[in-house]
Amino acid sequence: MNANVMKKLCAILGILFVFTVLLASAVFAEETAAPAEPPKIDTGDTTFVLISAALVMLMTPGLALFYGGMVRTKNVLSTIMQSFICLGIISIQWVLWGYSLAFGPDINHLIGSLDWIGLNGVGVDPNADYSATIPQYAFMIFQGVFAIITPAIIAGSVGERVKFPAYIAFVLLWATFVYDPVAHWVWGVGGWLRENGVLDFAGGTVVHIISGVSGLVFALMIGKRKGYGSEVMAPHHLPMTVLGAALLWFGWYGFNAGSALGASGLAVAAFVTTHTAAAAATVSWVFAEWLYHGKPTLLGAASGCIAGLVVITPAAGFVSIMSALIMGLLGGVICFFSVAVAKTKLGYDDSLDAFGVHGVGGTFGAIATGIFASTAVNPAGADGLLTGNASQVVSQIIGAGTCWLFAAVMTFIIVKFIGLFMQITADAEQQVQGMDITEHGERGYAYQDLITGSPLSIPVTGFSNEQVAVKKTTLA
Amino acid sequence: MRPITKIDIITRPEKLDALKEAMNKINVTGMTVTQVYGCGLSKGHKEIYRGQEYAINLVPKVKIEIVVCEVPVERVIETAKIVCRTGKMGDGKIFVYPLTNAVRIRTGEEGDIAIMDPKNL
Repeated sequence: MNANVMKKLCAILGILFVFTVLLASAVFAEETAAPAEPPKIDTGDTTFVLISAALVMLMTPGLALFYGGMVRTKNVLSTIMQSFICLGIISIQWVLWGYSLAFGPDINHLIGSLDWIGLNGVGVDPNADYSATIPQYAFMIFQGVFAIITPAIIAGSVGERVKFPAYIAFVLLWATFVYDPVAHWVWGVGGWLRENGVLDFAGGTVVHIISGVSGLVFALMIGKRKGYGSEVMAPHHLPMTVLGAALLWFGWYGFNAGSALGASGLAVAAFVTTHTAAAAATVSWVFAEWLYHGKPTLLGAASGCIAGLVVITPAAGFVSIMSALIMGLLGGVICFFSVAVAKTKLGYDDSLDAFGVHGVGGTFGAIATGIFASTAVNPAGADGLLTGNASQVVSQIIGAGTCWLFAAVMTFIIVKFIGLFMQITADAEQQVQGMDITEHGERGYAYQDLITGSPLSIPVTGFSNEQVAVKKTTLA
Repeated sequence: MRPITKIDIITRPEKLDALKEAMNKINVTGMTVTQVYGCGLSKGHKEIYRGQEYAINLVPKVKIEIVVCEVPVERVIETAKIVCRTGKMGDGKIFVYPLTNAVRIRTGEEGDIAIMDPKNL
Protein backbone atom coordinates (compact mmCIF):
# COMPACT_ATOMS: atom_id res chain seq x y z
CA MET A 1 0.00 0.00 0.00
CA ASN A 2 1.51 3.33 -0.97
CA ALA A 3 1.59 6.49 1.11
CA ASN A 4 -1.15 8.12 -0.90
CA VAL A 5 -3.67 5.43 -0.12
CA MET A 6 -2.66 5.52 3.54
CA LYS A 7 -3.23 9.28 3.65
CA LYS A 8 -6.69 8.87 2.17
CA LEU A 9 -7.59 6.09 4.60
CA CYS A 10 -6.41 8.13 7.58
CA ALA A 11 -8.49 11.07 6.42
CA ILE A 12 -11.61 8.94 6.04
CA LEU A 13 -11.13 7.28 9.43
CA GLY A 14 -10.54 10.69 11.00
CA ILE A 15 -13.77 12.05 9.57
CA LEU A 16 -15.67 9.01 10.78
CA PHE A 17 -14.21 9.41 14.26
CA VAL A 18 -15.24 13.07 14.52
CA PHE A 19 -18.68 12.07 13.29
CA THR A 20 -18.98 9.40 15.96
CA VAL A 21 -18.02 11.85 18.70
CA LEU A 22 -20.65 14.29 17.46
CA LEU A 23 -23.24 11.57 17.38
CA ALA A 24 -22.49 10.33 20.86
CA SER A 25 -23.89 13.51 22.40
CA ALA A 26 -27.16 13.03 20.57
CA VAL A 27 -27.35 9.40 21.66
CA PHE A 28 -26.76 10.18 25.32
CA ALA A 29 -29.35 12.94 25.19
CA GLU A 30 -31.82 10.42 23.85
CA GLU A 31 -31.32 8.07 26.78
CA THR A 32 -32.11 10.76 29.33
CA ALA A 33 -35.38 11.78 27.64
CA ALA A 34 -38.31 11.14 29.96
CA PRO A 35 -41.04 8.84 28.66
CA ALA A 36 -44.37 10.54 27.84
CA GLU A 37 -47.82 9.37 28.97
CA PRO A 38 -48.62 5.68 28.43
CA PRO A 39 -48.85 5.05 24.69
CA LYS A 40 -51.95 3.66 23.01
CA ILE A 41 -50.59 1.77 20.10
CA ASP A 42 -52.94 0.08 17.65
CA THR A 43 -51.37 -3.17 16.48
CA GLY A 44 -53.25 -3.27 13.18
CA ASP A 45 -52.26 0.27 12.27
CA THR A 46 -48.65 -0.35 13.23
CA THR A 47 -48.49 -3.53 11.17
CA PHE A 48 -49.97 -1.78 8.17
CA VAL A 49 -47.67 1.23 8.32
CA LEU A 50 -44.55 -0.92 8.75
CA ILE A 51 -45.52 -3.09 5.79
CA SER A 52 -46.28 0.06 3.79
CA ALA A 53 -42.84 1.42 4.66
CA ALA A 54 -41.31 -1.82 3.39
CA LEU A 55 -43.37 -1.56 0.18
CA VAL A 56 -42.18 2.01 -0.40
CA MET A 57 -38.58 0.98 0.27
CA LEU A 58 -38.90 -1.50 -2.60
CA MET A 59 -39.90 1.34 -4.92
CA THR A 60 -36.37 2.76 -4.95
CA PRO A 61 -34.76 -0.40 -6.39
CA GLY A 62 -37.84 -0.55 -8.63
CA LEU A 63 -37.11 2.95 -9.86
CA ALA A 64 -33.46 1.93 -10.35
CA LEU A 65 -34.50 -0.91 -12.67
CA PHE A 66 -37.13 1.25 -14.38
CA TYR A 67 -34.46 3.81 -15.24
CA GLY A 68 -31.69 1.23 -15.75
CA GLY A 69 -33.54 -0.51 -18.58
CA MET A 70 -34.07 2.78 -20.40
CA VAL A 71 -30.42 3.81 -20.71
CA ARG A 72 -27.72 2.40 -22.99
CA THR A 73 -25.76 -0.71 -22.05
CA LYS A 74 -22.70 1.27 -21.04
CA ASN A 75 -24.63 3.30 -18.45
CA VAL A 76 -26.84 0.68 -16.81
CA LEU A 77 -24.88 0.36 -13.57
CA SER A 78 -24.26 4.06 -13.02
CA THR A 79 -27.97 4.72 -13.52
CA ILE A 80 -29.06 1.99 -11.10
CA MET A 81 -26.41 3.17 -8.65
CA GLN A 82 -27.84 6.70 -8.65
CA SER A 83 -31.12 5.41 -7.26
CA PHE A 84 -29.71 2.64 -5.09
CA ILE A 85 -27.18 4.83 -3.29
CA CYS A 86 -30.04 7.02 -2.02
CA LEU A 87 -31.13 4.09 0.15
CA GLY A 88 -27.81 4.49 1.93
CA ILE A 89 -27.16 8.21 1.93
CA ILE A 90 -30.63 9.61 2.46
CA SER A 91 -31.47 7.05 5.16
CA ILE A 92 -28.53 8.34 7.19
CA GLN A 93 -29.42 11.96 6.44
CA TRP A 94 -33.00 11.26 7.53
CA VAL A 95 -32.23 9.77 10.93
CA LEU A 96 -29.52 12.35 11.65
CA TRP A 97 -31.27 15.59 10.72
CA GLY A 98 -33.75 15.15 7.86
CA TYR A 99 -36.67 13.93 9.99
CA SER A 100 -36.14 16.73 12.47
CA LEU A 101 -36.11 19.40 9.74
CA ALA A 102 -39.25 18.01 8.12
CA PHE A 103 -41.38 17.06 11.10
CA GLY A 104 -39.67 18.55 14.15
CA PRO A 105 -41.17 21.43 16.20
CA ASP A 106 -42.17 24.23 13.82
CA ILE A 107 -40.12 27.38 13.24
CA ASN A 108 -42.04 30.23 11.54
CA HIS A 109 -44.17 27.76 9.53
CA LEU A 110 -41.15 27.23 7.26
CA ILE A 111 -38.99 24.48 8.71
CA GLY A 112 -38.78 22.01 11.57
CA SER A 113 -36.28 22.73 14.31
CA LEU A 114 -33.25 20.60 15.03
CA ASP A 115 -34.68 19.44 18.39
CA TRP A 116 -35.07 15.92 17.06
CA ILE A 117 -31.55 15.69 15.62
CA GLY A 118 -30.31 12.12 15.64
CA LEU A 119 -33.92 11.15 16.51
CA ASN A 120 -33.42 12.73 19.92
CA GLY A 121 -36.70 12.40 21.82
CA VAL A 122 -38.28 10.36 19.05
CA GLY A 123 -39.10 6.85 20.15
CA VAL A 124 -41.68 4.09 20.18
CA ASP A 125 -44.32 6.27 21.83
CA PRO A 126 -46.89 7.65 19.38
CA ASN A 127 -46.81 11.31 18.43
CA ALA A 128 -50.42 12.51 18.57
CA ASP A 129 -49.75 15.34 16.10
CA TYR A 130 -48.91 12.99 13.26
CA SER A 131 -50.10 9.50 14.04
CA ALA A 132 -51.73 8.83 17.40
CA THR A 133 -52.05 5.07 16.99
CA ILE A 134 -48.57 3.98 15.85
CA PRO A 135 -45.10 4.34 17.36
CA GLN A 136 -43.39 7.50 16.15
CA TYR A 137 -40.52 5.37 14.84
CA ALA A 138 -42.98 3.76 12.43
CA PHE A 139 -44.11 7.19 11.20
CA MET A 140 -40.47 8.29 10.97
CA ILE A 141 -39.35 5.31 8.90
CA PHE A 142 -42.44 5.49 6.70
CA GLN A 143 -41.67 9.13 5.93
CA GLY A 144 -37.99 8.21 5.54
CA VAL A 145 -38.59 5.91 2.57
CA PHE A 146 -40.42 8.80 0.87
CA ALA A 147 -37.41 11.02 1.43
CA ILE A 148 -35.21 8.32 -0.13
CA ILE A 149 -37.08 7.85 -3.39
CA THR A 150 -37.64 11.56 -4.09
CA PRO A 151 -34.05 12.57 -4.93
CA ALA A 152 -33.64 9.27 -6.80
CA ILE A 153 -36.36 10.42 -9.22
CA ILE A 154 -34.14 13.38 -10.21
CA ALA A 155 -31.53 10.95 -11.52
CA GLY A 156 -33.91 10.32 -14.41
CA SER A 157 -33.45 13.83 -15.74
CA VAL A 158 -29.67 13.88 -15.67
CA GLY A 159 -29.10 10.25 -16.61
CA GLU A 160 -26.01 9.12 -18.55
CA ARG A 161 -23.96 12.27 -17.96
CA VAL A 162 -23.70 13.35 -14.33
CA LYS A 163 -20.57 12.47 -12.38
CA PHE A 164 -21.08 10.36 -9.27
CA PRO A 165 -19.33 12.55 -6.64
CA ALA A 166 -21.29 15.60 -7.79
CA TYR A 167 -24.49 13.57 -7.75
CA ILE A 168 -23.85 12.45 -4.16
CA ALA A 169 -23.25 16.04 -3.08
CA PHE A 170 -26.39 17.11 -4.92
CA VAL A 171 -28.78 14.60 -3.36
CA LEU A 172 -27.48 15.30 0.12
CA LEU A 173 -27.87 19.07 -0.24
CA TRP A 174 -31.14 18.74 -2.12
CA ALA A 175 -32.69 16.46 0.51
CA THR A 176 -31.68 18.91 3.23
CA PHE A 177 -32.55 22.23 1.59
CA VAL A 178 -35.42 21.31 -0.74
CA TYR A 179 -37.16 18.10 0.31
CA ASP A 180 -37.14 18.62 4.08
CA PRO A 181 -38.51 22.20 4.01
CA VAL A 182 -41.23 21.34 1.47
CA ALA A 183 -42.22 18.24 3.44
CA HIS A 184 -42.53 20.51 6.47
CA TRP A 185 -44.64 23.08 4.59
CA VAL A 186 -47.10 20.48 3.34
CA TRP A 187 -47.18 17.82 6.07
CA GLY A 188 -45.45 19.23 9.13
CA VAL A 189 -47.50 20.59 12.02
CA GLY A 190 -47.47 24.37 11.55
CA GLY A 191 -46.27 24.15 7.93
CA TRP A 192 -47.67 27.10 6.00
CA LEU A 193 -49.13 25.21 3.03
CA ARG A 194 -50.81 22.75 5.39
CA GLU A 195 -52.28 25.65 7.36
CA ASN A 196 -53.55 27.21 4.13
CA GLY A 197 -55.49 24.07 3.36
CA VAL A 198 -53.36 22.74 0.51
CA LEU A 199 -54.22 19.08 0.01
CA ASP A 200 -51.50 16.54 -0.70
CA PHE A 201 -52.43 13.07 0.42
CA ALA A 202 -49.23 11.17 -0.34
CA GLY A 203 -46.77 13.54 -1.96
CA GLY A 204 -47.89 14.84 -5.33
CA THR A 205 -46.28 18.14 -4.41
CA VAL A 206 -43.66 17.03 -1.92
CA VAL A 207 -42.36 14.12 -3.97
CA HIS A 208 -43.30 14.49 -7.62
CA ILE A 209 -43.48 18.20 -8.37
CA ILE A 210 -40.27 19.15 -6.64
CA SER A 211 -38.29 16.19 -7.96
CA GLY A 212 -39.58 16.69 -11.52
CA VAL A 213 -38.96 20.43 -11.56
CA SER A 214 -35.53 20.06 -9.94
CA GLY A 215 -34.71 17.40 -12.50
CA LEU A 216 -35.60 19.76 -15.35
CA VAL A 217 -33.52 22.62 -13.93
CA PHE A 218 -30.57 20.29 -13.24
CA ALA A 219 -30.79 18.87 -16.78
CA LEU A 220 -30.94 22.34 -18.35
CA MET A 221 -27.94 23.46 -16.32
CA ILE A 222 -25.66 20.58 -17.22
CA GLY A 223 -26.66 20.47 -20.87
CA LYS A 224 -27.52 17.61 -23.18
CA ARG A 225 -25.87 14.23 -23.43
CA LYS A 226 -23.15 14.02 -26.06
CA GLY A 227 -24.78 13.14 -29.35
CA TYR A 228 -28.32 13.86 -28.14
CA GLY A 229 -30.59 14.21 -31.14
CA SER A 230 -28.06 12.80 -33.61
CA GLU A 231 -27.23 9.40 -32.10
CA VAL A 232 -29.53 6.51 -31.33
CA MET A 233 -30.18 6.43 -27.59
CA ALA A 234 -32.61 3.56 -27.47
CA PRO A 235 -33.44 1.75 -24.22
CA HIS A 236 -31.13 -1.25 -23.86
CA HIS A 237 -33.34 -3.57 -21.80
CA LEU A 238 -37.07 -2.88 -21.71
CA PRO A 239 -37.97 -6.03 -19.75
CA MET A 240 -35.88 -4.54 -16.92
CA THR A 241 -37.84 -1.31 -17.22
CA VAL A 242 -41.14 -3.18 -16.99
CA LEU A 243 -39.93 -5.12 -13.96
CA GLY A 244 -39.06 -1.80 -12.35
CA ALA A 245 -42.41 -0.29 -13.26
CA ALA A 246 -44.18 -3.32 -11.78
CA LEU A 247 -42.24 -2.94 -8.53
CA LEU A 248 -43.13 0.76 -8.48
CA TRP A 249 -46.82 0.01 -8.98
CA PHE A 250 -46.66 -2.63 -6.23
CA GLY A 251 -44.84 -0.30 -3.84
CA TRP A 252 -47.21 2.55 -4.60
CA TYR A 253 -49.97 0.83 -2.62
CA GLY A 254 -47.79 1.39 0.42
CA PHE A 255 -47.05 4.92 -0.73
CA ASN A 256 -50.69 6.00 -1.08
CA ALA A 257 -52.73 3.64 1.10
CA GLY A 258 -50.02 3.78 3.77
CA SER A 259 -50.39 7.57 3.87
CA ALA A 260 -53.69 7.01 5.70
CA LEU A 261 -51.32 5.98 8.56
CA GLY A 262 -53.73 3.31 9.73
CA ALA A 263 -55.51 0.16 8.59
CA SER A 264 -58.72 2.05 7.95
CA GLY A 265 -61.48 2.50 5.39
CA LEU A 266 -59.55 5.52 4.13
CA ALA A 267 -56.50 3.34 3.45
CA VAL A 268 -58.64 0.95 1.45
CA ALA A 269 -60.18 3.84 -0.51
CA ALA A 270 -56.70 5.20 -1.28
CA PHE A 271 -55.57 1.72 -2.35
CA VAL A 272 -58.44 1.40 -4.81
CA THR A 273 -58.14 4.94 -6.24
CA THR A 274 -54.41 4.33 -6.71
CA HIS A 275 -54.95 1.12 -8.59
CA THR A 276 -57.76 2.54 -10.73
CA ALA A 277 -55.81 5.62 -11.79
CA ALA A 278 -52.74 3.54 -12.64
CA ALA A 279 -54.81 1.21 -14.80
CA ALA A 280 -56.61 4.10 -16.52
CA ALA A 281 -53.38 5.91 -17.37
CA THR A 282 -51.78 2.69 -18.65
CA VAL A 283 -54.64 2.36 -21.11
CA SER A 284 -54.87 6.04 -22.07
CA TRP A 285 -51.11 6.42 -22.66
CA VAL A 286 -51.03 3.32 -24.85
CA PHE A 287 -54.05 4.46 -26.86
CA ALA A 288 -52.75 8.01 -27.24
CA GLU A 289 -49.50 6.63 -28.57
CA TRP A 290 -51.30 4.12 -30.79
CA LEU A 291 -53.24 6.91 -32.43
CA TYR A 292 -50.31 9.28 -32.59
CA HIS A 293 -47.44 6.98 -33.62
CA GLY A 294 -49.33 4.03 -35.06
CA LYS A 295 -48.13 1.35 -32.62
CA PRO A 296 -48.94 0.52 -29.00
CA THR A 297 -45.70 -0.05 -27.05
CA LEU A 298 -44.75 -1.77 -23.86
CA LEU A 299 -42.57 1.17 -22.83
CA GLY A 300 -45.72 3.26 -23.24
CA ALA A 301 -47.69 0.93 -20.97
CA ALA A 302 -44.95 1.00 -18.32
CA SER A 303 -44.65 4.80 -18.54
CA GLY A 304 -48.43 5.18 -18.49
CA CYS A 305 -48.89 3.29 -15.25
CA ILE A 306 -46.25 5.47 -13.57
CA ALA A 307 -47.97 8.62 -14.91
CA GLY A 308 -51.31 7.46 -13.46
CA LEU A 309 -49.73 6.69 -10.10
CA VAL A 310 -48.07 10.12 -10.01
CA VAL A 311 -51.33 11.89 -10.86
CA ILE A 312 -53.37 10.10 -8.18
CA THR A 313 -50.75 10.51 -5.43
CA PRO A 314 -51.93 13.90 -4.09
CA ALA A 315 -55.60 12.90 -4.43
CA ALA A 316 -55.57 9.25 -3.34
CA GLY A 317 -57.43 9.73 -0.05
CA PHE A 318 -59.61 12.66 -1.11
CA VAL A 319 -61.40 11.60 -4.29
CA SER A 320 -63.92 8.94 -5.36
CA ILE A 321 -63.04 5.94 -7.47
CA MET A 322 -64.74 7.41 -10.55
CA SER A 323 -62.82 10.65 -10.14
CA ALA A 324 -59.62 8.61 -9.93
CA LEU A 325 -60.55 6.90 -13.19
CA ILE A 326 -60.99 10.25 -14.95
CA MET A 327 -57.76 11.63 -13.46
CA GLY A 328 -55.87 8.56 -14.64
CA LEU A 329 -57.26 8.72 -18.17
CA LEU A 330 -56.39 12.41 -18.50
CA GLY A 331 -53.03 12.02 -16.77
CA GLY A 332 -51.87 9.31 -19.16
CA VAL A 333 -52.62 11.46 -22.20
CA ILE A 334 -51.16 14.65 -20.72
CA CYS A 335 -47.90 12.96 -19.72
CA PHE A 336 -47.64 11.19 -23.08
CA PHE A 337 -47.84 14.48 -24.94
CA SER A 338 -45.43 16.16 -22.55
CA VAL A 339 -42.71 13.57 -23.24
CA ALA A 340 -43.47 12.70 -26.87
CA VAL A 341 -44.30 16.13 -28.23
CA ALA A 342 -43.48 18.99 -25.86
CA LYS A 343 -40.00 17.70 -24.97
CA THR A 344 -39.04 17.32 -28.63
CA LYS A 345 -40.42 20.73 -29.53
CA LEU A 346 -38.65 22.47 -26.66
CA GLY A 347 -35.46 20.49 -27.25
CA TYR A 348 -34.23 19.92 -23.68
CA ASP A 349 -32.61 16.61 -22.72
CA ASP A 350 -34.60 15.15 -19.84
CA SER A 351 -33.01 11.73 -20.35
CA LEU A 352 -35.67 9.49 -18.81
CA ASP A 353 -38.49 12.02 -18.50
CA ALA A 354 -38.44 12.63 -14.76
CA PHE A 355 -39.91 16.06 -15.50
CA GLY A 356 -42.32 14.92 -18.20
CA VAL A 357 -43.87 12.28 -15.97
CA HIS A 358 -43.31 13.43 -12.38
CA GLY A 359 -43.22 17.20 -12.83
CA VAL A 360 -46.09 17.45 -15.30
CA GLY A 361 -48.11 14.57 -13.81
CA GLY A 362 -47.61 15.84 -10.26
CA THR A 363 -48.74 19.34 -11.22
CA PHE A 364 -51.81 18.05 -13.03
CA GLY A 365 -52.59 15.77 -10.06
CA ALA A 366 -52.25 18.61 -7.56
CA ILE A 367 -54.67 20.81 -9.51
CA ALA A 368 -57.06 17.93 -10.22
CA THR A 369 -57.15 17.23 -6.48
CA GLY A 370 -58.63 20.71 -6.06
CA ILE A 371 -61.25 19.84 -8.68
CA PHE A 372 -62.29 16.34 -7.58
CA ALA A 373 -61.75 16.37 -3.79
CA SER A 374 -64.84 15.62 -1.71
CA THR A 375 -65.54 15.52 2.02
CA ALA A 376 -67.91 12.64 1.29
CA VAL A 377 -64.81 10.55 0.63
CA ASN A 378 -62.70 11.94 3.46
CA PRO A 379 -64.25 14.23 6.11
CA ALA A 380 -60.75 15.28 7.14
CA GLY A 381 -60.07 16.52 3.60
CA ALA A 382 -61.86 19.34 1.78
CA ASP A 383 -64.40 19.87 -0.95
CA GLY A 384 -63.18 20.71 -4.43
CA LEU A 385 -64.52 22.59 -7.43
CA LEU A 386 -67.05 19.89 -8.36
CA THR A 387 -68.53 19.86 -4.88
CA GLY A 388 -68.92 23.63 -4.88
CA ASN A 389 -65.62 24.85 -3.45
CA ALA A 390 -63.71 26.67 -6.19
CA SER A 391 -61.23 28.16 -3.71
CA GLN A 392 -59.64 24.72 -3.25
CA VAL A 393 -58.35 24.87 -6.84
CA VAL A 394 -56.74 28.23 -6.08
CA SER A 395 -55.11 26.75 -2.96
CA GLN A 396 -53.78 23.83 -4.98
CA ILE A 397 -52.38 26.12 -7.70
CA ILE A 398 -50.70 28.30 -5.06
CA GLY A 399 -49.23 25.19 -3.42
CA ALA A 400 -47.95 23.75 -6.69
CA GLY A 401 -46.69 27.14 -7.93
CA THR A 402 -44.68 27.90 -4.80
CA CYS A 403 -43.12 24.46 -4.87
CA TRP A 404 -42.23 24.88 -8.56
CA LEU A 405 -40.52 28.17 -7.82
CA PHE A 406 -38.78 26.99 -4.66
CA ALA A 407 -37.51 23.76 -6.23
CA ALA A 408 -36.25 25.56 -9.34
CA VAL A 409 -34.42 28.33 -7.48
CA MET A 410 -32.92 26.04 -4.85
CA THR A 411 -31.76 23.50 -7.43
CA PHE A 412 -30.12 26.30 -9.40
CA ILE A 413 -28.26 27.48 -6.29
CA ILE A 414 -27.23 23.96 -5.24
CA VAL A 415 -25.92 23.01 -8.69
CA LYS A 416 -24.00 26.31 -8.98
CA PHE A 417 -22.55 25.73 -5.52
CA ILE A 418 -21.42 22.18 -6.27
CA GLY A 419 -19.93 23.41 -9.54
CA LEU A 420 -17.50 25.58 -7.55
CA PHE A 421 -15.89 22.49 -6.06
CA MET A 422 -16.13 19.71 -8.60
CA GLN A 423 -16.95 18.73 -12.13
CA ILE A 424 -20.64 17.88 -12.53
CA THR A 425 -21.02 16.84 -16.16
CA ALA A 426 -18.92 14.02 -17.53
CA ASP A 427 -16.79 15.14 -20.48
CA ALA A 428 -17.51 13.88 -23.98
CA GLU A 429 -14.77 11.26 -23.86
CA GLN A 430 -16.20 9.77 -20.67
CA GLN A 431 -19.75 9.76 -22.02
CA VAL A 432 -18.57 7.91 -25.12
CA GLN A 433 -16.94 5.20 -23.02
CA GLY A 434 -19.92 5.09 -20.68
CA MET A 435 -20.32 6.07 -17.06
CA ASP A 436 -20.12 2.48 -15.78
CA ILE A 437 -16.47 1.94 -16.64
CA THR A 438 -15.30 5.49 -16.05
CA GLU A 439 -17.12 6.22 -12.78
CA HIS A 440 -17.44 2.78 -11.24
CA GLY A 441 -14.89 0.56 -13.01
CA GLU A 442 -17.38 -2.20 -13.77
CA ARG A 443 -19.70 -3.31 -16.55
CA GLY A 444 -23.30 -4.43 -16.33
CA TYR A 445 -22.77 -7.09 -18.95
CA ALA A 446 -19.37 -8.73 -18.85
CA TYR A 447 -18.89 -10.77 -22.00
CA GLN A 448 -16.29 -12.70 -20.15
CA ASP A 449 -15.40 -15.27 -22.76
CA LEU A 450 -14.87 -12.64 -25.39
CA ILE A 451 -12.61 -10.24 -23.56
CA THR A 452 -10.87 -12.13 -20.85
CA GLY A 453 -8.95 -9.77 -18.68
CA SER A 454 -6.14 -10.85 -16.47
CA PRO A 455 -6.42 -10.41 -12.70
CA LEU A 456 -3.96 -7.68 -11.76
CA SER A 457 -3.11 -9.05 -8.35
CA ILE A 458 -1.65 -12.21 -9.86
CA PRO A 459 1.65 -11.74 -11.67
CA VAL A 460 0.78 -12.68 -15.22
CA THR A 461 3.70 -14.19 -17.06
CA GLY A 462 2.80 -15.06 -20.58
CA PHE A 463 -0.46 -16.91 -21.00
CA SER A 464 -1.32 -18.69 -17.82
CA ASN A 465 -4.86 -19.61 -18.71
CA GLU A 466 -5.37 -21.73 -15.62
CA GLN A 467 -4.97 -18.84 -13.22
CA VAL A 468 -7.25 -16.64 -15.26
CA ALA A 469 -9.90 -19.33 -15.44
CA VAL A 470 -9.85 -19.82 -11.69
CA LYS A 471 -10.34 -16.11 -11.08
CA LYS A 472 -13.07 -15.89 -13.67
CA THR A 473 -15.33 -18.18 -11.69
CA THR A 474 -15.53 -15.62 -8.88
CA LEU A 475 -17.37 -13.32 -11.22
CA ALA A 476 -20.18 -15.75 -11.95
CA MET B 1 -12.79 -8.54 -64.90
CA ARG B 2 -11.82 -5.26 -63.29
CA PRO B 3 -9.91 -5.49 -60.00
CA ILE B 4 -12.09 -5.72 -56.89
CA THR B 5 -10.76 -4.51 -53.54
CA LYS B 6 -11.82 -5.21 -49.98
CA ILE B 7 -11.21 -2.54 -47.34
CA ASP B 8 -11.46 -3.29 -43.59
CA ILE B 9 -11.85 -0.30 -41.33
CA ILE B 10 -11.48 -1.02 -37.60
CA THR B 11 -12.33 2.03 -35.55
CA ARG B 12 -14.22 3.55 -32.61
CA PRO B 13 -17.87 2.42 -32.27
CA GLU B 14 -19.09 6.01 -31.94
CA LYS B 15 -17.72 6.79 -35.43
CA LEU B 16 -19.99 4.29 -37.18
CA ASP B 17 -22.86 6.64 -37.97
CA ALA B 18 -20.62 9.34 -39.42
CA LEU B 19 -18.72 6.77 -41.43
CA LYS B 20 -21.90 5.25 -42.88
CA GLU B 21 -23.02 8.68 -43.97
CA ALA B 22 -19.67 9.57 -45.53
CA MET B 23 -19.51 6.26 -47.45
CA ASN B 24 -23.00 6.87 -48.73
CA LYS B 25 -21.86 10.25 -50.07
CA ILE B 26 -19.03 8.70 -52.11
CA ASN B 27 -21.36 6.03 -53.58
CA VAL B 28 -20.20 3.05 -51.58
CA THR B 29 -23.34 0.93 -51.73
CA GLY B 30 -22.73 -1.91 -49.30
CA MET B 31 -20.91 -2.72 -46.13
CA THR B 32 -20.70 -5.41 -43.45
CA VAL B 33 -20.43 -4.20 -39.88
CA THR B 34 -19.25 -6.26 -36.91
CA GLN B 35 -18.78 -5.41 -33.26
CA VAL B 36 -15.28 -6.53 -32.36
CA TYR B 37 -12.79 -6.31 -29.51
CA GLY B 38 -9.18 -5.58 -30.10
CA CYS B 39 -6.02 -3.92 -28.96
CA GLY B 40 -3.29 -1.93 -30.59
CA LEU B 41 -1.18 0.54 -28.71
CA SER B 42 -3.92 1.36 -26.20
CA LYS B 43 -3.70 -0.35 -22.83
CA GLY B 44 -7.42 -0.75 -22.13
CA HIS B 45 -8.74 -0.12 -18.64
CA LYS B 46 -9.13 -1.58 -15.15
CA GLU B 47 -12.25 -3.08 -13.63
CA ILE B 48 -12.77 -4.06 -10.01
CA TYR B 49 -15.28 -6.59 -8.70
CA ARG B 50 -15.39 -7.03 -4.91
CA GLY B 51 -11.81 -5.93 -4.61
CA GLN B 52 -10.46 -8.17 -7.37
CA GLU B 53 -8.86 -6.07 -10.10
CA TYR B 54 -8.86 -7.09 -13.74
CA ALA B 55 -6.93 -5.53 -16.58
CA ILE B 56 -9.27 -5.40 -19.56
CA ASN B 57 -6.85 -5.03 -22.41
CA LEU B 58 -9.21 -5.61 -25.32
CA VAL B 59 -11.37 -2.60 -26.06
CA PRO B 60 -14.64 -2.58 -27.99
CA LYS B 61 -14.27 -1.49 -31.61
CA VAL B 62 -16.36 -1.69 -34.72
CA LYS B 63 -15.19 -3.32 -37.96
CA ILE B 64 -16.58 -2.12 -41.28
CA GLU B 65 -15.89 -4.28 -44.33
CA ILE B 66 -16.33 -2.64 -47.70
CA VAL B 67 -15.83 -4.11 -51.17
CA VAL B 68 -15.35 -1.66 -54.05
CA CYS B 69 -14.71 -1.69 -57.74
CA GLU B 70 -16.17 1.50 -59.24
CA VAL B 71 -15.29 3.74 -56.32
CA PRO B 72 -11.55 4.45 -56.11
CA VAL B 73 -9.93 2.72 -53.14
CA GLU B 74 -7.98 5.89 -52.34
CA ARG B 75 -11.20 7.85 -51.99
CA VAL B 76 -12.61 5.32 -49.49
CA ILE B 77 -9.41 5.41 -47.45
CA GLU B 78 -9.18 9.21 -47.49
CA THR B 79 -12.81 9.55 -46.43
CA ALA B 80 -12.44 7.00 -43.64
CA LYS B 81 -9.29 8.74 -42.40
CA ILE B 82 -11.01 12.10 -42.25
CA VAL B 83 -14.10 10.76 -40.49
CA CYS B 84 -12.43 8.43 -37.97
CA ARG B 85 -9.47 10.55 -36.95
CA THR B 86 -9.60 12.04 -33.44
CA GLY B 87 -5.84 12.26 -33.07
CA LYS B 88 -5.88 10.15 -29.92
CA MET B 89 -4.72 6.58 -29.43
CA GLY B 90 -7.37 4.10 -30.49
CA ASP B 91 -8.54 5.61 -33.77
CA GLY B 92 -8.00 2.21 -35.38
CA LYS B 93 -6.61 0.74 -38.58
CA ILE B 94 -7.50 0.36 -42.24
CA PHE B 95 -6.49 -2.79 -44.10
CA VAL B 96 -6.73 -3.22 -47.88
CA TYR B 97 -6.85 -6.57 -49.73
CA PRO B 98 -7.22 -7.57 -53.38
CA LEU B 99 -10.18 -9.86 -54.06
CA THR B 100 -10.23 -12.67 -56.59
CA ASN B 101 -13.97 -12.78 -57.10
CA ALA B 102 -17.39 -11.65 -55.87
CA VAL B 103 -20.70 -13.44 -56.39
CA ARG B 104 -24.24 -12.15 -56.07
CA ILE B 105 -26.12 -15.17 -54.74
CA ARG B 106 -29.57 -14.17 -56.02
CA THR B 107 -28.60 -13.97 -59.68
CA GLY B 108 -25.34 -15.85 -59.80
CA GLU B 109 -23.60 -12.77 -61.29
CA GLU B 110 -19.85 -12.76 -60.72
CA GLY B 111 -17.11 -10.15 -60.67
CA ASP B 112 -17.51 -6.36 -60.52
CA ILE B 113 -21.18 -6.51 -61.49
CA ALA B 114 -21.97 -8.48 -58.35
CA ILE B 115 -21.11 -5.55 -56.08
CA MET B 116 -22.59 -2.77 -58.20
CA ASP B 117 -26.04 -1.27 -58.01
CA PRO B 118 -27.86 -2.39 -61.20
CA LYS B 119 -29.48 1.07 -61.33
CA ASN B 120 -26.07 2.67 -61.99
CA LEU B 121 -25.15 0.39 -64.89
